[in-house]
Amino acid sequence: MMDQPSVLELVEAVRNFLEQRALPELKGHTRFHARVAANALGIVARELAEGPTAFNREAARLTALTGGKGSREELNRLLCRMIREGEIALDDPRLTAHLEATITDKIAIDQPGYTGGKAAGS
Amino acid sequence: MKAEFFQPLSRALARAWPGFSQITDAVRLSGGASQETWALDAEVAGAAERLILRRAPGGHSSPTAVPLATEAIVIETVREAGGKVPRVRYVLKEEDGAGQGYVMDRLEGETIARKILREDEFAVIRPQLAAACGQELARIHRVETRALAAVLPTVDGPTQLARYRAIYDAYDHPDPVFEMAFRWLEPRLKPPAEIALVHGDFRHGNLLISPLGLEAVLDWELTHLGDPLEDLGWICTRSWRFGVTARPVGGFGQLADLLKAYATSGERAFTIEDVKPWIVYGSLKWGIMCMTMYQGFRSDGSVERATIGRRASETQWDLVRMILHGEL
Repeated sequence: MMDQPSVLELVEAVRNFLEQRALPELKGHTRFHARVAANALGIVARELAEGPTAFNREAARLTALTGGKGSREELNRLLCRMIREGEIALDDPRLTAHLEATITDKIAIDQPGYTGGKAAGS
Repeated sequence: MKAEFFQPLSRALARAWPGFSQITDAVRLSGGASQETWALDAEVAGAAERLILRRAPGGHSSPTAVPLATEAIVIETVREAGGKVPRVRYVLKEEDGAGQGYVMDRLEGETIARKILREDEFAVIRPQLAAACGQELARIHRVETRALAAVLPTVDGPTQLARYRAIYDAYDHPDPVFEMAFRWLEPRLKPPAEIALVHGDFRHGNLLISPLGLEAVLDWELTHLGDPLEDLGWICTRSWRFGVTARPVGGFGQLADLLKAYATSGERAFTIEDVKPWIVYGSLKWGIMCMTMYQGFRSDGSVERATIGRRASETQWDLVRMILHGEL
């Protein structure tokens, strides 16, 4: 199996090409969409790098929290049903810790710049 | 610039508008297949008039939007009540043969959030915008609703929450943060004490702002009768703060200033606690709209829609900050 360059390196190379070489030559809507495309490759690169560890941690927390078995998707469905049917309290510290940890990992992949803003007083 | 509807449009305007002679320029601004917005320049009684045409070539534009003719009625009703909206000059009739739509004045100002929040020319007015929004919303919410009830649907908080629950359920991609938000909101998003005219999309993009202040409220396609708190909450939704999280009102102001101006200008005094469920609802609603973008991507392959799909996580982050940490 050919694994050099890695998929992560390939994605980074395409992203750099888009940002540094293609974008300066483009105009208007096409330029805007090329920037969006480069950002999408940023998500891919971060998920390739950080996703596996984050998803494993999420699945481990879901197993402990729900007492269920199955894939990460199945466990998420189970947790959603428990929340919806009131089988778990919204202020259950195990639930709040799980949601907090999951969204922290997710936003680091999808939109790492988003969490920078200082919040208004509670 | 030439489009097949210009001739019938010009003829209709000439019949209805004394002194109208011709359309001198037209630029298509935006819109998809079902709805168009054009910037028109016209000559009327020897003077240049700057106009906007909103038009749906084949009739109705979208299932959630009100028909363009209804939009024109609401805008004129708001204007007669002293609201800041463009003057409607003409509503197309079927016999005009130019599609559905209306022509209104094109006003000067900026709608792009990043410019309003960052550029120097808006620095002086920025601290006053929250109060300006409060005053304007008070005017809109005071509009007499009896006549409008015949043309507008009534959609209150619980009805909207149930609608978005149905949309979200249909996507069959459940998320624990959204589930938490639905359960948190169900007892808190209550029916309104009093039904008011609601703009329905009162946020950056639809607020025309100049260095002198709020010039006009645009884009009335989602208007309905409902809870006045909806508009107050939507302008404070975190997704429209563009990084200025500490200024809940559109990234430019404080909620207390918005509510103070609102209470002074109108008859209702709301508290921050009254508005909070609607701010939370705003994040949930935009999060589900991001999921809808993903559905759109699955049919058209647009990279832009695809990445907006991933922005659902921003709303989940915001929901966690607001519900679990008590932030605004």
